[in-house]
Amino acid sequence: MAITIEIPTAFRRFTDGAPKLESGATTVAEALNELVTRFPALSRHVRDEQGQIRQFINVYLNDEDIRFLGGEASALKDGDKLLLVPSIAGG
Amino acid sequence: MKEVYFLRCRECGKKYANTPQSFCEECFSPLEVSYDYEALARSAKREALTHRAFTMWRYAELLPLPEGFTPAAAVGGTPLVKSRKLGAEWGIRNLYFKNDAVCFPTLSFKDRVVATALAAAKRFGFTKVGCSSTGNLANAVAAQGAQQGFDTTVFIPADLEPAKILNTAVYGARIIRIDGNYDQVNRLCTQIADRFRWGLVNVNLRPYYAEGSKTHGYEIAEQLGWELPDNVVVPMAGGSLIGKIAKAFCELAHLGWVEPKQVKFFGAQATGCSPIADAVKRGLSRFEPQKPNTIARSLAIGNPADGHYARRLITESGGWAECIPDPEIIDAIKLLAQTEGIFAETAGGVTAGVTAKLIEQGRIRGDETTVVCITGNGLKTTDAIAADFPATEAIAPKLEAFEALVAQQLDETVRTN
Repeated sequence: MAITIEIPTAFRRFTDGAPKLESGATTVAEALNELVTRFPALSRHVRDEQGQIRQFINVYLNDEDIRFLGGEASALKDGDKLLLVPSIAGG
Repeated sequence: MKEVYFLRCRECGKKYANTPQSFCEECFSPLEVSYDYEALARSAKREALTHRAFTMWRYAELLPLPEGFTPAAAVGGTPLVKSRKLGAEWGIRNLYFKNDAVCFPTLSFKDRVVATALAAAKRFGFTKVGCSSTGNLANAVAAQGAQQGFDTTVFIPADLEPAKILNTAVYGARIIRIDGNYDQVNRLCTQIADRFRWGLVNVNLRPYYAEGSKTHGYEIAEQLGWELPDNVVVPMAGGSLIGKIAKAFCELAHLGWVEPKQVKFFGAQATGCSPIADAVKRGLSRFEPQKPNTIARSLAIGNPADGHYARRLITESGGWAECIPDPEIIDAIKLLAQTEGIFAETAGGVTAGVTAKLIEQGRIRGDETTVVCITGNGLKTTDAIAADFPATEAIAPKLEAFEALVAQQLDETVRTN
């Protein structure tokens, strides 16, 4: 099984320009860990000092904010898309 | 003259030259316009305002405007209405309504933010502009975009109030209705700004856009005779306005235009969408996003971009946040109209209703000066109250018919007494 993590342009300077990452992760937490293991420079930008996802980054599983699902424990299935989006917009 | 403003990350402090970007490349936190306040203190003088028209542009030095900027419209300069009835009813001696329901040109405070955002859009060479909107912003972008010759596109939740859609369409803006709530529209716009070279006022132009809100605060201070109030009650959607009013007050104090004062900031939300009020009341360090369900559509942002800062400001200022359910919003709209003659949109009902609640809780005291911010016009959300005002029966154009009506109503009055 494979899921896709989509990486916004602003993050790509830490991913050697890669716009996405295929992953075999089974939870959101695993997928994010795989992302920062693969691109260590991204690590401190995704999580804060306490290890939480940074305040101003929203993570969506397909069309839904993971905070409305099971958070980082949310299970992934084949074909899922995980999207990282800076949250600084609107209002 | 050297530009006195630049962008600065609100978290890590990294400075950026002016650019259409809303977040820091290092830590992905929000960028905000910051100023060289020493230079401002030399160039901006309160006395200089005396000969300027009462619009938001009288504070031009304190805004991120490009060199040689000429305002296209007389935006802002709205009344600060001293309460004649509600203050007495609520036991508040100095109660004021800052009435942006009559802001020019589209009857909401969003005219202010669009004014500074489009100045930035022009400066950065955008020809296409747009926004994600719950309605008021779309109206404002469409009107000023048309006037200034931009190719304008607005993105809105598909089920928005018909009046707000019509009030955008009339200016010729392209309207893209999205099958989803505002937070989903917003996410899409973030992706669009990432892919297309468009100036989205509340996405990539957001730092410049948000600065326009400061003028709401400058005007309050000036209209109080260059004094700061004790309390301000502000409606919260994305949570930006409340912070910009605070920034405006801080800047005026820093420049010596007003005496510094610890102003208490109070936030108002609808119960059906209250992530910031909820975080304040529960003492959370991070707000929890919500799925909005309220008639106060202009406040229906479940994942507020500035929620974190609004929560912190309210708590640190000694203020509070509250929310009221939809029926109370309608009651408050009617109360405000029938006592002060101000017809506010649903968000104004939220703010007025929450103010009453805060007074009842003893959080706002009678001997303090309190300003309630009304940010949008009731003519845009008539659907919300239409059911409360069914059409009355028509009478014949004859004096006898009127006399009969008077007799009948007199009879009713007698009977009910």
